[in-house]
Amino acid sequence: MIKRSLITHARKSTVLITIALLVLLPACRQAAADTTSAVDTSIALTSSQADESVPETTSMDTTALITEAVVPEPENPIVRLSTTTSVSDSGLLPVLEEIFEKNTGYDLEIIANGTGAAIKLGESGDADVLLVHAKASEDEFVTAGYGVERIPFMHNYFVVAGAAEDTAKVAECQDALSAFAAIADAEAPFISRGDDSGTNKAELKIWENAGITPSGDWYISAGKGMGPCLIMAGEMKAYILTDKATFLATKEETELQICLGESGDLKNTYSLIAVNPDKNQGVNSEGAQAWIDFMLSDEAGAIITDFGLEEYGEPLFFYDGAPSIT
Amino acid sequence: MTTFQSVFASFLSGDGELYRILGLTVCMTLLSTGFSVLAGFPSGALLASSSFPGKKLLRRIIQTFMGLPPVVAGLFVFLLLSRKGPLGDLSLLFSLPAMVIAQFLLIFPIITSLTLSAIESKQSAIRQTISTLGLPRYKMYLLMLWECRRSLLTVILTGFGRALSEVGAVMMVGGNIQGKTRVMTTAIMLETGKGNFGTAIAMGLVLLILAFIVNIIANHFQEAVYE
Repeated sequence: MIKRSLITHARKSTVLITIALLVLLPACRQAAADTTSAVDTSIALTSSQADESVPETTSMDTTALITEAVVPEPENPIVRLSTTTSVSDSGLLPVLEEIFEKNTGYDLEIIANGTGAAIKLGESGDADVLLVHAKASEDEFVTAGYGVERIPFMHNYFVVAGAAEDTAKVAECQDALSAFAAIADAEAPFISRGDDSGTNKAELKIWENAGITPSGDWYISAGKGMGPCLIMAGEMKAYILTDKATFLATKEETELQICLGESGDLKNTYSLIAVNPDKNQGVNSEGAQAWIDFMLSDEAGAIITDFGLEEYGEPLFFYDGAPSIT
Repeated sequence: MTTFQSVFASFLSGDGELYRILGLTVCMTLLSTGFSVLAGFPSGALLASSSFPGKKLLRRIIQTFMGLPPVVAGLFVFLLLSRKGPLGDLSLLFSLPAMVIAQFLLIFPIITSLTLSAIESKQSAIRQTISTLGLPRYKMYLLMLWECRRSLLTVILTGFGRALSEVGAVMMVGGNIQGKTRVMTTAIMLETGKGNFGTAIAMGLVLLILAFIVNIIANHFQEAVYE
C-alpha cells in the first residue's frame, strides 16, 4: 500500500517537473528573442534617426552626413575588442562605443582581461582588434605576425599611491626609480598586481631599472585586477603603482593618496592593434579597421580629451591621435 | 602542450611554488570542512531529534543558505573584517582564517541540512533501539550520528568538494596573495587571466586528482563500514 502511494507520488512529481521545464523552455527562448529584437529596433531607431536628421543638418559638414547616410549594416556587424581591465574600468569605452555603434552600425563587443590574456585572445583569433598598454608584448605580438600594426594613440601616467602617512616618504622623491628605492629601503608594504598585466609589467620594469629585486614580507604579489588591488592597498596601508583612472574611481573607498604623480618614467602609452586575418579564420578586419578609423578621428579625440574633466577636474587620458607616418 | 608538461614536471620534481599552493589549498579545505562538521553534525542531530514551533521555517532557511552564492559570503566576511568593519581591529582580512570563516558560512548550512536529512531517514529505527538503552541525551546523539556514519561520510565529502572548488569567496577575502593566500582555484583564475591556459588547465587537473584521491580514501572507509 505504502509502496504504491509512493510510486504514484513520484510519478506525479515527475510529471509536474516535466511540465514546469516545458513551460520554462519557451519562456527562456522568448527572453533570448526579446534581446535580439531589442537590438534590431535599436539599429532601426538609429537609422530612422539618421534619416530624420538628414534634412535638418544641411548646415553640418558633409563628412558627418556621409557617415550617417552610410549606416546600413556592415557585412559582419560584430567587432570584438579585447582590452585590459584598466581601460574598461575607467568608463571611457562605453562612451566611445555608443557613438561608434551609432556612426557605423557595427556592434562592438568589449572583452576586458589582463594584458596577457587580452593579447592571447588576439593570437587565437578570438578578438578582432586590441586596445592595450604593454609595448614589449605588443611589439612581440606584431613581430610574430599576429597583429597588423601597433598604433599608439593616447597616453596617461601611472602614479604611486599610498596611505596618507607616507611612511617611506615617497612624496619627497623626484621620479619612480627613487620612489621605489625608498619603499624598498623602508620595507614599506607594496602591492604588486602580479598578474602579467600592463601595469604589472611597468612596475617590474621600474624595479629592474632601479636594480632592486623586490622580495620579502613587504612585497605582496596579489594576482588581482587594478580595482581589487587598490582596495587591498587601502586595507593594508600599502604602496601601489596604479593607473590614474582606476585610482580616482576608487579613491573614496581606499582613502589612498597620490604620493608620486606624473613623473617622466611613469608614462603609459595605449595602442590599437588590428588582428592579422591571415593567421586565423573569421577575423572581422573591416570592423577592426572601422574601429581604428573611428578612434583616430577628431570626434573620438575630443571625447577622450574631455573624459574625466567634469567628474575629476582633470583629464584621465591624453590624446595623441594618428601617429605621423615617417 | 609544452606548458602542460612543464606543470606536471614541476609538480613531480617538487617545485616549491606549486606545492605551497597545493598545501595551502589542502590546509584551508580541511580546516573549513572540519569546523563545519564540528558545528554541523551536532546541529543536524539536535534539529532531527527535537521538535519546536518554527522548526520547518528554520529548516527552510538553512536549506536556502545551502545555495548561498560564494561572492555574497565573501562580501559579508570582507565587510566584517575590513579595516572599517566591526572586526577590523583583528586585522584578519587577506589571511587564511578569513578564508576559512567565509568557507564555513558556505559549508556549515550544507553539512547541517544534509545531516538532518540523513538522520531523519533512519530515525524511527534508531529511536526505538536507542530509547530502550536509556542513555543520556548527548550519548543518544552520538549513537544516532554513529548509526548514520555511512551517509555522513558522503555529507563530509560534499562539504569538502564545495570547499575545494570554491573561488569567489576566497578570492575576495583571501586576496590571492602569492605564498600566503593563493590556493589552487585562485591560481587557476590568475593563470587564465594571464593567458596561460595550458598552465591553468594543468592545475585544474591536479585539483581533480586531489579530489579523486580524497574520494578513494573516503570510499575505502565507507566500504569498511559495510563489512
